[in-house]
Amino acid sequence: MISHLRSLWLVFKHMFHKRETVQYPEEKPYLPPRWRGRIVLTRDPDGMERCVACYLCAAACPVDCISLQATEDENGRRYPEFFRINFSRCIFCGYCEDACPTYAIQLIPDFEMAEYDRQNLVYEKEHLLISGQGKYHGYNFYRVAGVDAGVKAKGAGEKEREPVDVRKLLP
Amino acid sequence: MATIYIDGNPYQVKDGDNLLSACLSLGFNLTYFCWHPALHSVGACRQCAIVRYRDENDTRGRIVMACMEQVADQARISLEAPEAKQFRAQNIESLMINHPHDCPVCDEGGECHLQDMTVMSGHNYRRYRFKKRTHLNQYLGPFLHHEMNRCIQCYRCVRFYNDYAEGKDFGVFAAHDDVYFGRFEPGVLENEFSGNLVEVCPTGVFTDKTLRKHYTRKWDLTNAPSICQQCGLGCNIIASERYGSLRRILSRYNGDVNGYFICDRGRFGYEYVNSERRIPHALKQEPAGNWQGLKKEIAIREIRDRIRAARKVIGIGSPRASLESNFLLRELVGADQFYAGIPEQEAKLIKEVLHILRHSGVRTPSLKETESYDAIFVLGEDVTNTAPMLALSLRQAAKNQPKEKARALKIADWNDAAIREVIQGQKGPLFIAAPSATRLDDAALATLQAHPDEIAKTGFAVAHQLDASAQGAELSASTEDFARRVAEALLAAKKPLVVAGTSLYSQAIIHAAANVAMALKKAGKDVGLFYTVPEVNSMGLMMMTDQYLEQAFHQVSSGEADMAIVVENDLYRRMPAHIVDAFFQKAKTVVVLDAIAHRTGERAHFVLPAGTFAEASGTVVNNEGRAQRFFQVYQPRNDIQSSWKWLQALAADDQLAVANLDEVISRLIACYPELEGIREAAPDARFRVGTQKIPREPHRYSGRTAMLAHIQVSEPKPPEDPDSPLSFTMEGYVGTPPAPLTPFFWSPGWNSVQAINKFQIEVGGPLHGGNPGKRLIEAAQQASMPYFTDVPPAVQQQADSWSIWPAYHIFGSDELSALSAPLQERMPASYLALSPADAKALQLQPGNSVEVNFHGQAIRFPIIIKPDLPGGYALVPKGWEATAGWIFPVQSTLKPVQA
Repeated sequence: MISHLRSLWLVFKHMFHKRETVQYPEEKPYLPPRWRGRIVLTRDPDGMERCVACYLCAAACPVDCISLQATEDENGRRYPEFFRINFSRCIFCGYCEDACPTYAIQLIPDFEMAEYDRQNLVYEKEHLLISGQGKYHGYNFYRVAGVDAGVKAKGAGEKEREPVDVRKLLP
Repeated sequence: MATIYIDGNPYQVKDGDNLLSACLSLGFNLTYFCWHPALHSVGACRQCAIVRYRDENDTRGRIVMACMEQVADQARISLEAPEAKQFRAQNIESLMINHPHDCPVCDEGGECHLQDMTVMSGHNYRRYRFKKRTHLNQYLGPFLHHEMNRCIQCYRCVRFYNDYAEGKDFGVFAAHDDVYFGRFEPGVLENEFSGNLVEVCPTGVFTDKTLRKHYTRKWDLTNAPSICQQCGLGCNIIASERYGSLRRILSRYNGDVNGYFICDRGRFGYEYVNSERRIPHALKQEPAGNWQGLKKEIAIREIRDRIRAARKVIGIGSPRASLESNFLLRELVGADQFYAGIPEQEAKLIKEVLHILRHSGVRTPSLKETESYDAIFVLGEDVTNTAPMLALSLRQAAKNQPKEKARALKIADWNDAAIREVIQGQKGPLFIAAPSATRLDDAALATLQAHPDEIAKTGFAVAHQLDASAQGAELSASTEDFARRVAEALLAAKKPLVVAGTSLYSQAIIHAAANVAMALKKAGKDVGLFYTVPEVNSMGLMMMTDQYLEQAFHQVSSGEADMAIVVENDLYRRMPAHIVDAFFQKAKTVVVLDAIAHRTGERAHFVLPAGTFAEASGTVVNNEGRAQRFFQVYQPRNDIQSSWKWLQALAADDQLAVANLDEVISRLIACYPELEGIREAAPDARFRVGTQKIPREPHRYSGRTAMLAHIQVSEPKPPEDPDSPLSFTMEGYVGTPPAPLTPFFWSPGWNSVQAINKFQIEVGGPLHGGNPGKRLIEAAQQASMPYFTDVPPAVQQQADSWSIWPAYHIFGSDELSALSAPLQERMPASYLALSPADAKALQLQPGNSVEVNFHGQAIRFPIIIKPDLPGGYALVPKGWEATAGWIFPVQSTLKPVQA
């Protein structure tokens, strides 16, 4: 008898508790900026694709769900010819973001990707590429790399000397 | 053997070796840059520092460079001593000071020796905060990409290009930390072995430009052990694929064949595999000009019906098809109806070579062994262009006699800089007789440019001088002098080598070379006789049949046969067009199996898509009679398959009864007992390491669940390979597989090609389990044939009739590689070469054209004048469109054309 009354009391008391249920989707939960959700490809501060198609994300991916092909523009700038992520395989571990040497690939706090057809979970570059810099601002790989890919000339980098004149020993 | 103590433990190592090579042979991980197993030591990079102790009481020791220290019995060294480790880490830190932040966009990344060594030495944080030196790059032609910023000044490139391959247009400029490696001015790197810089360079200064066009990391490639198909030497290669296209070719070490290197034709000539001229599906042409695609099963059924209805079916094989493909064609049409797809002239030459190899009593060395000979006589071959890697080997062989001087001074063989200092560019006895100057002439002591018959006569004269019982020949005074010098040098040598081949279609040259070799053998010399042959499986094909193309055409023209099956052969490149045209007019049904669309395919009634070496497996026999297996690299997503699989489907009553490669080989051996050895060319398909297959893909292979997801999100089952113990996936045995089955070289900590050290029994020695390939022909102890006596008569120059001979080009003379765009950039335009005197007599200037009358057809050639030609004959490029189907020598008038 006591236990029945106690149970009734506890249930009654819960009427005055703060509600745990969130009225999703009308009400969105707060997700911190570094939450590992949907993967995007970002652009550098000059608005160009950051991805240099180095294949490190694909190599780091434990489920092998990233596939790409490198190509070059007329300046010798590497970029992915195609970039595909099969989100039906992705486990959102964020290793690709860790591996990326150019801040190109980033995981963002968005998880609303459900599809009725699994085929629609295959994202190509046009689905992945955003027009901003994402979480990391101001970095342009080609400004600090040694190659001349149309961003800066040889020797014009911040930490570079003028190109060597190899004939300076000649009389 | 000597005993050395490494960190207190005793090890047995080879006497006379250097300590670096000894440590690597023992399996230690010691960092190095400038040392290369083929280029040896110079002690330039200071990276292989170790501590060496005077004796067991010495506790301090001193730091030495392992590559510059000779193994001595009871030597005590330490790799792990803190001073040595610290020295190596600091050394690499200073080498890395100017190295750019390029790895993500560097083609070497992931297979970079510099990356490996940096990780190995423990240098993992850059403390240098100042400005880096930069360099401008150079354009180096269609093969190599130059990125000088990445250079760490190890000097390997100049040591390979200038010292080993003896190229002339490359060098080192500037001084101290500004040292620059490149050409004097931007331009095409001329040496035929320049591609090896890709593998020799420890970092990304020289990278493969053809790979760059469709770049893929090493870990993402599907690889197979393969055999280069672009000449008769059969160099071992690693062929690699990604997303259904062939991405690159690397050399695959074989201590008996090509060693560490391959030529540029082999490395960059693969693009035909990805060509738009590939045939992806079966095609039918009926009526003429109306092509329709056919499903595989329907094509097979229709062709089978035709075979059943035909009066007689003949089969035309090919020297660029595998033994298995040629054999199953023979099975399908019957032995009497099987013909080698080459003209009688060429076939008989190869038969003659086979006969001599078997009966002359003279041993044929392997390609690598040719490097050990100390006097060489090349008869009639422009080896750089007909068998390129042989030229590289002969260059090394030519250094053997000058090296004796260094050996007398007790300088070890690995002490490269010291040896070079002693030799001072001195040349060894290499003699070349060829119709024109060759690219190897700069290494030769003396050369002779003469008419091919004159070359043969020189050979006979040399043999006569060595042994008076051999048939002699009348020579001009200057040639006589050359012959005498050659004979003296060969007789003075310990191991003389005679090189000849089929390139000039001269039986007399082949006989003359055999005479010289037999005479040397009689004189008690350890002589070698090396013949080059035109194509990858020329030898194999001629071991299977003695019926030729002419007889095949006769079968059809006489009406006896009305159907022909042509396997991997463009008949228009074998025989004059009017003869092939006549064949097509007479034949009721012609089935062509080939990889590439060509003129023969255009006239066929059925075309079946055959695989190249990338999509097919099989066995080929190279010029020394070595059977070698090549394995399919990937499973294409169309109907392309091995020719022998198509032929099997055509032959089988029940399509399901498909035999694998091993069963085909068993049937082949039952038919040809002398080919028994091909079974040993590689382990059979049942072979497993434990229970595991050998993966074609590295364990880091990426993208499996995404690469085909755009087509179908559910991953397909990986293809199976019933023909080999290799799997098309990354699952399986990780370690050292048997040498013929090694798809790539990788070892923990060694991602670059330098991982090869881990696959060899000792550095620079044979691979674990023996080098791949099985020699089918061994010379008898005693000669069982007399000297040849067919000395050609004196060359008669006929007024108005010119003899035209073939000139070979490494880039262009091979049918398939000539379809690759990078090689096409290096192909000269068609020409007809004359001596200055002849050109003057004909009143021709460079740039004028002449017409050659070839079987009533006038073919126009621009004139070039070659001062090295002695005159009396003309040269045209072999394998060019204008000379396709020519049977050399061609006799014709030269009619100047008014421009």
